[in-house]
Amino acid sequence: MSHLLDRLNFLQSNELEQFSNGHGQVTRESRDWEDTYRNRWRHDKIVRSTHGVNCTGSCSWKIYVKSGIVTWETQQTDYPRTRPDLPNHEPRGCARGASYSWYLYSANRVKNPLVRGRLMKIWRKMRESLSPIEAWTKLQSDPILRASYVETRGKGGFVRATWDEATEITAAANAYTAKTYGPDRIFGFSPIPAMSMISYAAGSRYLSLMGGVCMSFYDWYCDLPPASPMTWGEQTDVPESADWYNAGYLLLWGSNVPQTRTPDAHFYTEARYRGTKSAVICPDYSEAAKFGDVWLNVKQGTDAALAMAFGHVILREFHLDRQAPYFEEYCRKYSDFPMLVKLEEKDGKMIPGRFLRADDLDGKLGEENNPEWKTVAFDEASGGLVAPNGSIGYRWGEDGEWNLEEKAAGTETRLRMSQVLDEDHDDVVGVDFPYFGADATEQFSTGDKRPNVLTKNVPVKRIKTAEGEVAVATVFDLFCANYGLDRGLGGDWVAKDYGEDIPGTPKWAEKITGVSADRITHVAREFAQNAEKTNGKSMIIIGAAMNHWYHMDMNYRGVINMLVMCGCVGQSGGGWAHYVGQEKLRPQTGWLPLAFALDWSRPPRHMNSTSAWYAHTDQWRYETLTAGEILSPTAPEGDWDISMIDYNIRAERMGWLPSAPQLKTNPLEVAKQAKAAGKEVPQYVAEQLKSGDLEMSCEDPDAPENWPRNLFVWRSNLLGSSGKGHEYFLKHLLGTDHGVMGRDLGEEGAQLPKEAKWHDEGPRGKLDLLVTIDFRMSTTAVYSDIVLPTASWYEKNDLNTSDMHPFIHPLQAAVDPAYESKSDWEIFKSLAYKVQEVAPEILGQETDIVALPILHDTPGELAQDQVRDWKKGECDLIPGKTAPNYIAVERDYTAIGDRFTALGPLLDKLGNGGKGISWNTEHEVQHLRDLNGVWEDGPTKGCARIVSDIDATEVVLMLAPETNGEVAVKAWEALSKATGRDHTHLALPKEDEKIRFRDIAAQPRKIISSPTWSGLESEKVCYNAGYTNVHELIPWRTLTGRQQLYQDHLWMLAFGEGFMSYRPPVDLKTITEAVQDEGDTLTLNFITPHQKWGIHSTYSDNLLMLTLNRGGPVIWISENDAKKAGIEDNDWVELYNVNGALTARAVVSQRMKDGTTFMYHAQEKIVNTPGSEKTGLRGGIHNSVTRATLKPTHMIGGYAQQSYGFNYYGTVGANRDEFVIVKKMKKVDWLDQEATPKEAAE
Amino acid sequence: MHNFFFGIFPYIALGVAIMGSIARYDRDPFTWKSSSSQLLRRKQLIVGSILFHVGLIVITLGHVIGLLTPIQIFDAVGISHGAKQLLAVVAGGIAGVMALVGGGMLFHRRWTDPRIRQTSSFADIAILAMLLAQLVLGLGTVFVSLGHLDGHEMTKFMSWAQGIFTFDGAAASYIADVALVFKLHLILGMTIILVFPFTRLVHLVSGFASPFRYLIGRRGYQIVRSRRSAPLPARDGKAQRSTPAE
Repeated sequence: MSHLLDRLNFLQSNELEQFSNGHGQVTRESRDWEDTYRNRWRHDKIVRSTHGVNCTGSCSWKIYVKSGIVTWETQQTDYPRTRPDLPNHEPRGCARGASYSWYLYSANRVKNPLVRGRLMKIWRKMRESLSPIEAWTKLQSDPILRASYVETRGKGGFVRATWDEATEITAAANAYTAKTYGPDRIFGFSPIPAMSMISYAAGSRYLSLMGGVCMSFYDWYCDLPPASPMTWGEQTDVPESADWYNAGYLLLWGSNVPQTRTPDAHFYTEARYRGTKSAVICPDYSEAAKFGDVWLNVKQGTDAALAMAFGHVILREFHLDRQAPYFEEYCRKYSDFPMLVKLEEKDGKMIPGRFLRADDLDGKLGEENNPEWKTVAFDEASGGLVAPNGSIGYRWGEDGEWNLEEKAAGTETRLRMSQVLDEDHDDVVGVDFPYFGADATEQFSTGDKRPNVLTKNVPVKRIKTAEGEVAVATVFDLFCANYGLDRGLGGDWVAKDYGEDIPGTPKWAEKITGVSADRITHVAREFAQNAEKTNGKSMIIIGAAMNHWYHMDMNYRGVINMLVMCGCVGQSGGGWAHYVGQEKLRPQTGWLPLAFALDWSRPPRHMNSTSAWYAHTDQWRYETLTAGEILSPTAPEGDWDISMIDYNIRAERMGWLPSAPQLKTNPLEVAKQAKAAGKEVPQYVAEQLKSGDLEMSCEDPDAPENWPRNLFVWRSNLLGSSGKGHEYFLKHLLGTDHGVMGRDLGEEGAQLPKEAKWHDEGPRGKLDLLVTIDFRMSTTAVYSDIVLPTASWYEKNDLNTSDMHPFIHPLQAAVDPAYESKSDWEIFKSLAYKVQEVAPEILGQETDIVALPILHDTPGELAQDQVRDWKKGECDLIPGKTAPNYIAVERDYTAIGDRFTALGPLLDKLGNGGKGISWNTEHEVQHLRDLNGVWEDGPTKGCARIVSDIDATEVVLMLAPETNGEVAVKAWEALSKATGRDHTHLALPKEDEKIRFRDIAAQPRKIISSPTWSGLESEKVCYNAGYTNVHELIPWRTLTGRQQLYQDHLWMLAFGEGFMSYRPPVDLKTITEAVQDEGDTLTLNFITPHQKWGIHSTYSDNLLMLTLNRGGPVIWISENDAKKAGIEDNDWVELYNVNGALTARAVVSQRMKDGTTFMYHAQEKIVNTPGSEKTGLRGGIHNSVTRATLKPTHMIGGYAQQSYGFNYYGTVGANRDEFVIVKKMKKVDWLDQEATPKEAAE
Repeated sequence: MHNFFFGIFPYIALGVAIMGSIARYDRDPFTWKSSSSQLLRRKQLIVGSILFHVGLIVITLGHVIGLLTPIQIFDAVGISHGAKQLLAVVAGGIAGVMALVGGGMLFHRRWTDPRIRQTSSFADIAILAMLLAQLVLGLGTVFVSLGHLDGHEMTKFMSWAQGIFTFDGAAASYIADVALVFKLHLILGMTIILVFPFTRLVHLVSGFASPFRYLIGRRGYQIVRSRRSAPLPARDGKAQRSTPAE
């Protein structure tokens, strides 16, 4: 009753008994104090949810609720067991995830809709007399009024608004923009849908109904490895983390598993206990390094040289001196090694050209269908040429031979890989290979003075083609020459001994990478030995560290080559494990119709963000990298000396890359004109484009008609995290204070782009309206015009999957959204209804024209076997063939809200599908009507309802093969038709299984195998990429149908990337004399890895995380570098170059390699960041010193696997070749001052 | 006024101290602690704290014994008033200086160290300031005492203190004519007793209590609190220990 009174019991002995001979004593003292702790951990309920953006760990969590408040979270431990020989998936979840509940009730939570004060004031005044549309029109047509709020972005001054006001401004702006400029001026950016599929889909569904632009993230984040679509025709497909346990040899290459893949790291530990050998390759002594049997501290940015030397050893010991039978068989069947390449003559020299195709031969080998897309090899048995099954020509226009059976034209074949034996070749000729090793900049130079073309001897066969006699060589023979291997054919630049310093050898790599030749040889040998003994159980876990370099393809292809040479891809426990920004939205084909409103109109507008931001933030105006610097010395004749934006414009024009905006004229107007002219849309647009009356927007990104006008950012921190070239975003897109210190090409007097129209004055403040939807006041929110409070991850219902494990599990509302927040689904729904309310004043039922690039996995991917630009008169403009397709799409702006909440009629009509196959889905749509209910009247009468977020999850789960066994069987049937092999056995045992939302709420569920993915999830194997290609003989979706190690597109050859080679980091020239100060001593390579103290790459503004680290921005530098610049640990330092400046504290650590500095991602500018001495503005973020630049080879389209796909292929935002000056700050200025009375009054 | 401060105020101070302590112990038992700042910074703490605590313990015991022991006992034992006075002045003086130096260090640390300052409450700083002021006053009385080393002044305080605890209505009058510095010392002392339950001073009680359990009686090194209210039934044989076989 009372703590004190209870103690006053002197009449009763306190002692109950003694034990241990009186050394211990049992008392009857009160134990009530324990209740305090019991109550501390007492709760009312536990709800299953997870962390819904950005982190792809996809761990299921228990969310504890007490008195209506989320109190804390712990890991769920009920994942289904998979296979008896495999360790549990638990524990999944890290300390960072456990810190999330802090956000819900933190001061940083956005609690009400917020509008920039000046905008709100103007709006309220105008709305007294004007309609919403009139008000926005008047505001935008008055430059002074517009500037009054645009210029204050990022400077505070938000006021509370009601939901009605905030959505009204947004809806009016969207409607005005669609009417005035075109709906493709409404942009939306949101990343990684797999982590909260419905939240993503809410925004993208709204945008797609409006005709707005959904922007990609995977390529922009530079997490997309273009080498993957190049080699496999696949965005990225990887083994689940459990499969690490099956590996015999694990190579961790630039992946810091314990730090950045924490929930999966236990499989690495367990694999080590099982006896798996491991080598770790990274420049710094990372947390992963301690797991390795050996640590190779390669110099940053030189990984390709290391990979090449590994490959050299593997080829020498397992393919040439001795042929490992497993490797030979694997490469023959599953790689393009046997395929023939034509050698083309240039200036009297031979260079590798295009693959030989059936079309080149007289009689076309009897192939009628797509002979120009069927590659050719020699058959060992007959000695003749064959066009083996599986190449992409077999995929479209015919059925039954698109498979990897060793057949050609119905007969058994055995393809010949090499013509090195005397009887097999007609001749040995010198073939030119480009060499880039001597191009290195000062920081990477080894004093290499070799020529930039190396001529090496290759065995060739001379054959008759339609054009006359040509020399052909197998990919394998060229490949070996490229790796610098002496095969007894004589000639230069090939080595017999590893100790020779010839490009490709370990000795050569030692000079570049700093890793000793002995170690290189040792690791390569063990890696291959293990693969030979285990049939491919050698795995390479790889991370952003290598992918964020400009020449990432070389790093990645070097790694992929090793894996293919050793037969590891598609084998359990082996293969390529790229875990960066994973995008495995497992029920993808069920989600796509919901997310992009494919049930109402097709196609949606998709845009590759790298090209879009490069153009619209005007980073192209400052481009310092010229095509000439990266062009191959063996490039064919051509107009290659153009700038990067020019390449991008050509790519858009030829239908390779998407565009946003698309046409300079409002597409709603163009459609009207077409109708007035009585012409079909594609025909009309083609004529107008040819005549020049219609222009593509990409040709003049700075014209006001071509600006993005409205931007939604949701589930993202674009300006605080992923915005490469942050200061350029501020300067040009937002039009506010910025730290750009460089001058543009015009001011520099440099060569201007040829295709892009140059305006002397770069526009400032392109956006009319920036709307951010977030639960916290992130850096992006701070720069927005409107901030809408969204439900946190514990306050909404949603779906979550990852490629790290095979389960699907939910986010759930443990409590209702706090304060005035709403879920993303509810926000976009209310916005859709608001548009329906305000837009009819100016918009009704309209015809829109969507420009669609040539897409991968469609018959269109066979569009351009030659590169021809219609604008240069090289061919006619044929929409969908030599240019983007122009498709008329009907929109109803009077029913946006109604359509948003109803499953439209196109699924019944057109079916559903993905990755080149499709199936009828009427049955599932009827199920959804029965399950969710039907709209009784209105414009969506008879459609299934999608009112709540749970309704939306049911749509995804019902339509997807991964969660509906019946659909899975239909999908495999569709694929069986194309391959001529029966695959339905993979799903038939699960045909009756239907996973619903309440199922996954009860427990995570294993997904069902589907042809959308190249791995299987079964009771027998772990999910592993390429598994069905190898074991079901389904071709890779490439030109050759095999893992394609040679790339023969004209642009690939022009830029010297037909084969992989070592290409040193590029020179971005960002440290100019103008930006340097006297006494600057330290210049370091600027690297931005994922952090330890934040939820994945973002969310570091969390008090718990800040407390564990140093409570604000930090950079890491080595002890030697610190000494050079007089920096001590914890000093404030400034980092800068022409792109901008940032401030941070220095962490001086032995971990770091000299010459580099690390700055972890997304340390928010809003937390403990002082002003920069250089710019006079507050700090900066890690992207303040970066600028995106494009690579032409990523723009290639209309060419089999090198065709565009959203988040699948395209330009990527590399940022690791950047250098910065590091300097100790003289004075730390927090820029804190009282507001003036005038400011306060606003 | 004099009667209020030395006749009534002592009861108010003691009353608030006792009732306040009970209330705090019952309502917020987890706040009954010393709130050590050692985790935040060790600097200055160890030397300062030992000087301060040893000094204060000596002074406190000296005051309690000196003031509350009936004068007859000293007489019976044969300690003259003068000798007692001298003992009090010398021992109290040394301990007082120790406590003042230590307290000064602690105050400096608390006031200037940003971490400690940030985490200090008003009460933390105020009580330290009060104790320092009290030490200064106490040491100030030494100079007055040196003027009359016969100890008769001292007996006045003993009479007063014992009078308070024996509810002698005339207690205040015994010290009506003592020097002002003594009066201030007494008033501040009683104020410290008054605020005792609202400050970290409460650790004086727990601090004394915890080790005594082991010093007195030595009833076992390991103490187990049981939920049982009755002892386990006695077992046959030797050890009351269970083995897996049983």
